[in-house]
Amino acid sequence: MSLFSFLGAVEIGLIFALVALGVYISFRLLRFPDLTVDGSFPLGGAVCAIMIHNGYSPYLATVAATLAGAVAGYITGWLNVRLRIMDLLASILMMIALFSVNLRIMGGPNIPLINDPTVFTLLQPEGLQDFWWRPLLLLVLVIVAKFAVDWFFSTERGLAIRATGSNSRMARAQGINTGAMVLLGMAISNALVGLSGALFAQTQGGADISMGIGTIVIGLAAVIVGEAILPSRRLVYASLAAIIGAIVYRFFIAAALNSDFIGLKAQDLNLVTALLVTLALVVPNFKRMLQHKRLPDAPKSM
Amino acid sequence: MKHLPWMTLGALTLAFAAIAPASAQEKSVAVTAIVEHPALDAVRDGAKDALKAAGYEEGKNLKWQYQSAQGNTGTAAQIARKFIGDKPDVIIAIATPSAQAVVAATKTVSVVFSAVTDPVAAKLVPNWEPSHTNVTGVSDLLALDKQMELVKKVVPNAKRIGMVYNPGEANSVVVVKELKELLPKMGMTLVEASAPRSVDVGSAARSLIGKADVIYTNTDNNVVSAYEALVKVGQEAKLPLVASDTDSVKRGAIAALGINYRDLGEQTGRMVARILKGEKPGDIKPEVSTKMELFVNPGAAEKQGVKLSEDLIKSATQVVK
Repeated sequence: MSLFSFLGAVEIGLIFALVALGVYISFRLLRFPDLTVDGSFPLGGAVCAIMIHNGYSPYLATVAATLAGAVAGYITGWLNVRLRIMDLLASILMMIALFSVNLRIMGGPNIPLINDPTVFTLLQPEGLQDFWWRPLLLLVLVIVAKFAVDWFFSTERGLAIRATGSNSRMARAQGINTGAMVLLGMAISNALVGLSGALFAQTQGGADISMGIGTIVIGLAAVIVGEAILPSRRLVYASLAAIIGAIVYRFFIAAALNSDFIGLKAQDLNLVTALLVTLALVVPNFKRMLQHKRLPDAPKSM
Repeated sequence: MKHLPWMTLGALTLAFAAIAPASAQEKSVAVTAIVEHPALDAVRDGAKDALKAAGYEEGKNLKWQYQSAQGNTGTAAQIARKFIGDKPDVIIAIATPSAQAVVAATKTVSVVFSAVTDPVAAKLVPNWEPSHTNVTGVSDLLALDKQMELVKKVVPNAKRIGMVYNPGEANSVVVVKELKELLPKMGMTLVEASAPRSVDVGSAARSLIGKADVIYTNTDNNVVSAYEALVKVGQEAKLPLVASDTDSVKRGAIAALGINYRDLGEQTGRMVARILKGEKPGDIKPEVSTKMELFVNPGAAEKQGVKLSEDLIKSATQVVK
């Protein structure tokens, strides 16, 4: 693997680390199976690309994209909490609705950002190559996002969101407004995804209506791979694990792209991802089973 | 799961081990497409054939690699990075999203795009003149005036042209936009019906009954994959169908004046060969397809209530029975 390809994997991994953080919040902290992500990722890209295309500042465009993601997540939560639509279904509805919304926002399926200013080009220091600079700036952004998430979810309100996710009946009994917590949690989760979409559009040449396909699978795979590498129930480690998972996932892709000699290609990647996630899900159970067998008072039969 | 760190390490080792030093006289071409699809695959194979004809043969003096992004833009971006890191002599990028990912990531490696309908709108090149950058390529833009002339030949008194397309496909949106400008000049109007998914093609076509005199379709992926649904409506409502993809004629369209994607690939391959021989991509004008083929299906015409003129049948490259 060349240096360029290595840094490319790190760069794209860091962008998807924000998706992984968002997915971690919805799936793990809130226990809300949220597929909105497949729509809010291109939503972030669309809002950011159209604003930059129309001459707005890239900083403003990135902030607007993040807010747009938050609104999308809020609506999914609202469909679930207020209209009592099943969580998974609410997110699917939002995901397909966003397809049309994104086309409206962009006014077409594709907005290129090839020579336009982006947050990356505006902040780029003299003499630093862009393939070094982009991952570097992303690393800083992801670290800031990670610590912001860690901090927020240890405040009283953040803890209330986590309580809502782990036992909503108990949380209500403690006087927590669980409905409001779901809305807030979903908004934060999709804000991170919208930000990720905006950064993707700014680094990869523009926004395209198809850029959301499979985002949720990548996010989920990152979370699960991260949990397998760094198993911990503490939020500080769990959020770090999601980030590491996202980057490691990109290395698996890079490996698949670079392993012509064993016959693996990029097109096999979906299968590899499915196998990887299955493995990560099954192995802990398997280990537990083995440990039980080693106990002295375990059943004698093999 | 304690094995995962080792698996990761293994994957990394694999990745690093794969740096194969290229021999000095060997040329290398790396090809990427956003998705595997009969037309896009034909472009790739055509390019390879043309390179072979120009004296660059895989395994002898050409290192050829191909990666498909499987429709995922994240993977497309990563394939772009890998290719640029490998520093091939030319990267061939097939279809808009793949081409944008590559062009956004390099200003130095030579890039030849192919099967991109509007490379100017996609900002791959500033205009249709030599770009003086590292980018050139071949567009699959159809000359729409010729397409509409064909529609007129099939249905001489057509005034309202119906079109079924996916509003999420960049290529189709370009066609709709241009038709809206072109048709009024020819005394005709455009009636749109959108099909965001392949399953919507039938109902979109049905919505055109009574509102359009003929249905014209471009190479929209949704429409092409569900063309039978369109044929069903065309026969039931005696609504003639004109396509732009010659394969659709075998499936029940009356006529199509289309690009042969294998020829488009060969045209791309000849351009790549010029760059391998030392020309600069910035000095080569972006091209459009030069070869068009007319396919007609008199049987389908009869079922859709139209009789084709002898002249039209005679001028066809192929008559489908």
